[in-house]
Amino acid sequence: MSSPSPVPTTTRSEPRTFIIWRGDKDSGTYTPYTAEITAGMVVLDAIHQIQAVHAPDLAVRWNCKAGKCGSCAAEINGKPRLMCMTRMESLPPGPIHVAPMKAFPNIKDLVTDVKWNYAVNKRIKPFKPKQVEADGSLRMQQHDIDRVQEFRKCIECFLCQDTCHVLREHDKHAEFAGPRFFVRMASLEMHPQDAEDRREFLKKEAAIGYCNITKCCTEVCPEHIHITDNAIIPLKERVVDQYYDPLAAAIRFVFGSKK
Amino acid sequence: MSYAPGTVLPGPHAKGLGATARSDAWWAAPLGFFLLLAGFVVYSTWAAFQGAHYWVPGTNYISPFYSPELWGTSPHAWFGAAPPFWPLAILQYSPALLILGIPAGFRLTCYYYRKVYYRAFWADPTACAVGEPRNDYWGENFLPLILWNAHRFVLYLAIIFTCILGYDALKSFIFTTKDGGHAIGIGIGTVILTLNTVLLMGYTLGCHSFRHLVGGRCDSFGAKGSTTHSLWSGVTWLNERHPFFAMISLCWVAASDVYVRVLSISGWHDHLILFRF
Amino acid sequence: MALDHLSHDCDVLVIGAGGAGLRAAIEAADLGCSVHVVTKSLLGKAHTVMAEGGVAASLGNVDDRDGWKVHFADTMRGGQYMNNPRMAELHAKESPARVKELELWGAVFDRTADGKILQRNFGGHRFPRLAHVGDRTGLEIIRTLQDHSIHKTTVAVSMETTIVKLLKDGDRVCGALGYERVSGRFVLIKAKAVVIATGGLGRAFEVTSNSWEYTGDGYALAYDAGAELIDMEFVQFHPTGMVWPPSVKGILVTEGVRGEGGILVNSQGERFMFNDIPENYRNQTAKDKEEGWRYVTGDKTAMRPPELLTRDHVARCINREVKAGRGSPHGGVYLDITWIKERVGGPAKAAELIRKKLPSMYHQFLELGGLDITTERMEVGPTTHYTMGGIHVDGDTQMSTVPGLFAAGEASGGLHGANRLGGNSLSDLLVFGKRAGEFAAKFAKEQKAGWLDQAQIEAAATDAVHWMDAPTGNENPYTVQADLQKSMQALVGIVRLEGEMRQALDKIQEFKARAKKVCAPTGRTYNPGWHTCLDLPSLLISAEAVTISAIERKESRGAQFRDDFPDKSKEEAKWNMVVKKGPDGKMVLERRAVKPQTAEMKQIIEDQAK
Repeated sequence: MSSPSPVPTTTRSEPRTFIIWRGDKDSGTYTPYTAEITAGMVVLDAIHQIQAVHAPDLAVRWNCKAGKCGSCAAEINGKPRLMCMTRMESLPPGPIHVAPMKAFPNIKDLVTDVKWNYAVNKRIKPFKPKQVEADGSLRMQQHDIDRVQEFRKCIECFLCQDTCHVLREHDKHAEFAGPRFFVRMASLEMHPQDAEDRREFLKKEAAIGYCNITKCCTEVCPEHIHITDNAIIPLKERVVDQYYDPLAAAIRFVFGSKK
Repeated sequence: MSYAPGTVLPGPHAKGLGATARSDAWWAAPLGFFLLLAGFVVYSTWAAFQGAHYWVPGTNYISPFYSPELWGTSPHAWFGAAPPFWPLAILQYSPALLILGIPAGFRLTCYYYRKVYYRAFWADPTACAVGEPRNDYWGENFLPLILWNAHRFVLYLAIIFTCILGYDALKSFIFTTKDGGHAIGIGIGTVILTLNTVLLMGYTLGCHSFRHLVGGRCDSFGAKGSTTHSLWSGVTWLNERHPFFAMISLCWVAASDVYVRVLSISGWHDHLILFRF
Repeated sequence: MALDHLSHDCDVLVIGAGGAGLRAAIEAADLGCSVHVVTKSLLGKAHTVMAEGGVAASLGNVDDRDGWKVHFADTMRGGQYMNNPRMAELHAKESPARVKELELWGAVFDRTADGKILQRNFGGHRFPRLAHVGDRTGLEIIRTLQDHSIHKTTVAVSMETTIVKLLKDGDRVCGALGYERVSGRFVLIKAKAVVIATGGLGRAFEVTSNSWEYTGDGYALAYDAGAELIDMEFVQFHPTGMVWPPSVKGILVTEGVRGEGGILVNSQGERFMFNDIPENYRNQTAKDKEEGWRYVTGDKTAMRPPELLTRDHVARCINREVKAGRGSPHGGVYLDITWIKERVGGPAKAAELIRKKLPSMYHQFLELGGLDITTERMEVGPTTHYTMGGIHVDGDTQMSTVPGLFAAGEASGGLHGANRLGGNSLSDLLVFGKRAGEFAAKFAKEQKAGWLDQAQIEAAATDAVHWMDAPTGNENPYTVQADLQKSMQALVGIVRLEGEMRQALDKIQEFKARAKKVCAPTGRTYNPGWHTCLDLPSLLISAEAVTISAIERKESRGAQFRDDFPDKSKEEAKWNMVVKKGPDGKMVLERRAVKPQTAEMKQIIEDQAK
């Protein structure tokens, strides 16, 4: 017999203060609200309660409320996180600070304009199958696609883009693709059946060289994708093969290039 | 700094060094790494300039800072006392100065160390979602940091060096007896130097570039259990522990030098002879 | 009123960017049409991402005895023969091609040892049939379609835009009016054909696995445009949703937990599912605990444990335990997977196995519930999951009864009949998304642009903003929505009674009056209060359609369980319930004879039953 789950004896609630950004990119204030917190609540529940009770026009994006769609990205006590996956019990006592993502223009309150991400995605060359079998499908081995499947767990919450200092602090949106799209390109480049080569794009247009691998993207990823170690660094190494390694160039010259 | 309720801002976030709404001790880790790495640099520089007490008479112990000793005055030297090209007039010769650039370069260009020192020394950024002191930024896209792309070449040399240290570790089982004969034995130094090699191996072979070269560069590893797949999986296991091996091997290498130095100065006898030959 | 708006012009307008919408958009674009996709959320966030188990397609990669005929017969049996047989046939025939095509667009399914797409067992499917990616198949599908569609130069997307009205030129649709959630500006889209792919109506109920978007918009839009809604009484309650903590109430706990040996236990520690096994399933159900365990560990001679009976039956049993006071502290029952430690050699081995087989469930409970499912029991209860009914469409073309108006996926009705099999929703949206796109494109090519009636547009626009500009009351829209959800949950839920449902209908009329008095102060820029005001009419139309269809069906069949008519009825089996807007603007219900099966299809069903 397993032990029963820990259950609070009463459904007592406890007031907590939330300091929430109300405003847009030009001006606004951090406004305090009170929410009644019961056991098991997450930050998004509190935001919804504030919306239903105190501020019907409080703008917030959300969909699945289970950490699967990546809509409710925000900065809770200064850390980029999903509101639906941040349990109240996990936060230290005191007021809870909720701000919109910083790397994108604020539209209103907790909602930011993330359209830029979709524009970057459009510029990435799509998947191009190498060898299609007669029955119209591909043959691939599970141990070859394990790598790729890690990257495909991405839910596009853009928390990695938000925390990446190249975008967040240095506003290189025009020149740099950001961690999300290195993950996407890694999923294509390491695909055993992809015939496309994106190394030139990675170096010249996505400017992977801007990444100084300080790993904040990995730290904030709610899907626990090893963005830096498994996606960005291996891509950097592939760019090195093509552009910075005279030995590899010599081998290519003698034996011909594979891709 | 956190924003108090009612703070009227031109936008939701402030900019500048340390600007953040984080209330946790985000500065603790970079500060810790700053002290650790700065301490190591100060100590290793001091040790490298000593040019003495890096080996222990009667044993085959040699400080890893000084190996391979290409030119030098100890029995471990490969060639002569000092390299003919060394500008003795300007700089006193120490064997460490000649070779320390390789392991230092390996760690300097290491993907993991880059994270650590960009954060701890360069505040670029100090911690996640924390403001930075400078607005301009070149990353590793331009000189000088674009040179770090040569990490794999330093890796090749580092692998050779690790092998040499492995040879040193094997040698450290051999001692000279008072009568001038040889003996196999084991000392605290033997254990320290052997462990040093193991940790360095763990660090060197877990390198991101190595992981790429042994298989990461392929889109398909071939059949399950193929050499490529097994090698890549093994290196991946080490790579996942790269931060651990990076820091522990750094500390251990310094500790090895300290031990050899102390032994060399004090003349303590730290070993047990097992049998003579 | 001078209407400040954005204008778009396209051949095919697709409303909804889940799997069905995106698949339709891709098809229409490939046939040379200009396509405009409108989605209430950001691209790639649609509810398709929540699908876990897999996509049903008889590829025969794991068991080569599988084929479209078996899949067809399984789907018909699951739907208790209320299905549109033509749709079930097309679905079974075409889903393998749709799945393989995804692979060529970059989807990375789990593999068999010989490198083909791996398939898994699921409730109601005779052979291992679900192509999958761990327990996140929906995400894989939507991301693949999203990344494929963005490279189509003739596909334009309006994200975070809600359609409030379909515009008509005579009988046919010719466009739609919507608003951008971000700016509050109106958007006028002229189109020769419209595809509705807006999903279902889960948000009409209190406990649901659906997101806020699921407000039945497509049903209401089509209904207002004169289209028919079919089978609306069949709302699937998934037996196992999380009941605690409150923040995740309703979120799905995959059938896979029971498939791996999880058992349902009441507060007295009794495995209650053994107490009520329907007569017609008795031969296919395990006699005891022992046999059930053998089944889940792959013994092909064993019968399935009663926890794996159809979703509707399990949901009702759980409901009964809770009502009888044998529920868990938070109003559910216990789902216990920890017990397998007795069988697999200790707690450590069990924990390892659970983490390996159910990774996302393990994380879901650990991160959201602070509960380790390898050592503790879960609390689960039924949750509103899927709408089998929907817009009444032609089986081949997916066109509704309104010319130029198409529907696909959960928004359309007919394929699933009275109960949907797990895995058939993802294949549904691929097969019929493509078909809707294809026939919408054909239709659009044959048409000239329609004429947009300015008065119609302005009336719709005025309707949409009066909550803000000239409110007639000060009702809180969130409260009205919450009250509707509570009423539907209590009165039109898993177990239905005519009296209670009549009460629900009265309440819906009350809510309609209250919905007219809601207000949404402070501006049109990303104002969720206003958005909620505009969602209410759709929810109310959907709720009413469900309720009157459920009252009319005087039997228990599939997802509909009537306490006052607890058995199946041969007479009722002949009819589908269809609702539409009457000439006086009130909802009317018609009985429509169930589509006859062709002789060939009858034969297949008979052959497969052997």
